[in-house]
Amino acid sequence: MTPAAKARPAQTISAEDRARGPAGAPVTLLEYGDYECPHCGRAHSIVQRLEKHFAGKLRFVFRNFPLSNMHPHAEMAAEAAEAAGAQGKFWEMHDMLFDHQEDLSEDAITDFAGELGLNTEKFAEAVQSQKYAARVKADFAGGVRSGVNGTPTFFINGARHDGGLEYEDLVKAIGGAV
Amino acid sequence: MTTIAQPLQPGTPAPDFKLRSTPDQDVSLSDFRGRPVVLAFYPADWSPVCGDQMALYNEILPEFTHHKAELLGISVDGAWCHAAFSHDRKLHFPLLSDFEPKGAVAKLYGVYHPGGIAERALFVIDKDGVIRWTYVSPMGVNPGAEGILEALEGLDGHPAGDGKAQAAKKRDA
Repeated sequence: MTPAAKARPAQTISAEDRARGPAGAPVTLLEYGDYECPHCGRAHSIVQRLEKHFAGKLRFVFRNFPLSNMHPHAEMAAEAAEAAGAQGKFWEMHDMLFDHQEDLSEDAITDFAGELGLNTEKFAEAVQSQKYAARVKADFAGGVRSGVNGTPTFFINGARHDGGLEYEDLVKAIGGAV
Repeated sequence: MTTIAQPLQPGTPAPDFKLRSTPDQDVSLSDFRGRPVVLAFYPADWSPVCGDQMALYNEILPEFTHHKAELLGISVDGAWCHAAFSHDRKLHFPLLSDFEPKGAVAKLYGVYHPGGIAERALFVIDKDGVIRWTYVSPMGVNPGAEGILEALEGLDGHPAGDGKAQAAKKRDA
């Protein structure tokens, strides 16, 4: 069992975090994102290019920051990604959600779980019972405390990135930290 | 009166004002005496980003409410514009219209930008109407909310008014 979800500041990456790339990488790129936010959808493909470009030197961490008033499916999508994570497929669901932002209804998300070969019964139960709501909330609270000011917000080695969000902007910012 | 292009600093009594909050309703700062108020000046409705400053505060509103604080957004946009924006973003707090004379309240607080809009400026005002925290963000940068929350916590920790008597007592809920 995971311990009670605690808000973590952007400067602290822990074993509980959803991270990909080497743990000892010189640069950690942390994103606070919302699966229904179109700007995050755009950033998603940029992050994938960055991970290729900086392969071996970059660790990418994603935390949830659903803007639920604006995006009615964002909270459920965030909890669904965590539910998939509990079955070892967080990143697969993460990519799936961003690739299908136009329909994040419960039916669609259940289909994604099936496509990914998850135990759909277990998955549906976790989503319906909001099993991971506290975890998502903790991500959100930690983000607010760390200066997250919209979605997506990036932190490079713990410092908020206030510059542009185009691929070139981020290559430059990350390159400066490598 | 000369306009001082310096934001009002902590310790200054917050100047009262009355502005439109909807096409047929006014709000005065003094309406909220007895509770902390967060004044959030911002440049304009409809900024083309998701999760803009007001939308962010909307999500965090329960944390402000936890401190019994009232959040007021202020820009030079008209009341009808605010109404449409607020509806679109499903905002749960008032947006005040500093529209006529344009930017008068922003000027009063020293946060009117020469470009004809309010700066991204934040003021936390205590229950007695005194400014306790001031922050002006660089124009292009959304300031987030952590500073506001810290300032509100500071108010809780240092009750204003009857300072001595309250400071001697332990804080109770």
